[in-house]
Amino acid sequence: MLEIDNLTKRFDAVTAVAGLCLTVRPGEVLGFLGPNGAGKTTTMKMVTGFLVPDGGAARICGHDIVTDTLAAQKTLGYLPEGAPAYGEMTPREFLGFIADVRGLSAVAASAACELAVARTSLESVFDRPIETLSKGFRRRVGLAQAILHDPEVLILDEPTDGLDPNQKHAVRDLIRLLSPAKTIVISTHLLEEVEAICSRAIIIDKGRIVADGTPAELAARGPNGKLDDLFRGLTSSDVSGAAA
Amino acid sequence: MNAVSAVFRREFAAYFATPIAFVFLVIFLVAMGVFTFYVGHYFDMGVADLTVFFSYHPWLYLFLMPALAMRLWAEEKRSGSIELLLTLPLPVWATVLGKFLAAWAFAGLALFLTFPVWLTTLYLGAPDNGVILASYIGSLLMAGTYLAIGAAVSAATTNQVIAFVAAVAVCFLFTAAGAPIVMESLSGWAPAPLVEAVASFSFLTHFSAITEGVIDLRDAIFFLSLTSLFLFANMLIVESGKGG
Repeated sequence: MLEIDNLTKRFDAVTAVAGLCLTVRPGEVLGFLGPNGAGKTTTMKMVTGFLVPDGGAARICGHDIVTDTLAAQKTLGYLPEGAPAYGEMTPREFLGFIADVRGLSAVAASAACELAVARTSLESVFDRPIETLSKGFRRRVGLAQAILHDPEVLILDEPTDGLDPNQKHAVRDLIRLLSPAKTIVISTHLLEEVEAICSRAIIIDKGRIVADGTPAELAARGPNGKLDDLFRGLTSSDVSGAAA
Repeated sequence: MNAVSAVFRREFAAYFATPIAFVFLVIFLVAMGVFTFYVGHYFDMGVADLTVFFSYHPWLYLFLMPALAMRLWAEEKRSGSIELLLTLPLPVWATVLGKFLAAWAFAGLALFLTFPVWLTTLYLGAPDNGVILASYIGSLLMAGTYLAIGAAVSAATTNQVIAFVAAVAVCFLFTAAGAPIVMESLSGWAPAPLVEAVASFSFLTHFSAITEGVIDLRDAIFFLSLTSLFLFANMLIVESGKGG
């Protein structure tokens, strides 16, 4: 369960996120759409505790991210934008560190690593430094890190960016596999991805939600029954005000 | 404590994952040797003690400790892994402490490897081992203070070169506070209590008191409390970064 209540963030004169309200329930896979600079990544950074909001609140499984940060972060798996990791570590060492931080016992840690590695197909690069891996493998290392402790809430910032079509397919299968029991939010630029795996989509523009519904409902609102037509219509600057 | 030890182990291992550890240890030991035996004319003194060896420590640490500390935070901010680190369920104080302790333990290892200098003195005469032990402890405490300054400065920038240069500048102020160049420039106009206050912050004064065998708890407390102060500043700098 993820509750976002009137979340606001300003950078100097620019309002990146303007009073966002949103509730995502277990079993939902929410596609977070919007043009670059619409506030997707900023929202995710606030929800995960990396940035402190200027106003409003976010709760993860009932824990406020600002006042009860550690409890909220324990129930959370997060893939930050660009899937940052420690380049000099191998996936084995990196996932070991994450398991250590997450407080998993040695037995639980090795079982969790094995499962996460199998789910993200990292076996072949398990002992190679992360900085020597291809973009696709690095993204999957970040994904393995996010799902390692079987979190209730998963927040994934562009999880399939840089993956080839086969790898994209595998990641979508993984998200589908995890989705029944978890609350999942993914941000993406790929509208076909939203139609493939999301049970709900929201489009944000200039820090505000301009559309919210199932992918099929949103597509039906587009002039030709296509999601990308609606996306372009709502987020191009001259009509976004009217649409909101 | 699990959080501190998880961060500590990752950071300590990171020094050895690259040639940093090897390069640092070689330069540290060569510099110690050069200053003791060539610049300090250890063999011409005809005295079996390590005063000349320890007397160069503040000046060597002035450059070597910022080199060790500069990557602690700046590298994470540059690579983006800071976002991963700060969204893991780790209290900020534990991350700050774990990183600092890793750098300090590494400095302690480097200092330990200077033991052949002590063995040489033991072979040549009968040094006062109590004074030598106190000097080693004092040197380690002083190294900790330099590292805490370096870590706090590193948290304020994404650039390791800036982190290094700025940390050297701050460390120089503390090192030289009691030196004639600072004292003479102050004593002409500043009130006597201010001159004394500045002098009392000098690392040189406190460290030379320890190496002369005057084991005063106040000198140890001076270094420990200044270390704590900079670690606290480090924490505030990391926390303030969350404001965006």
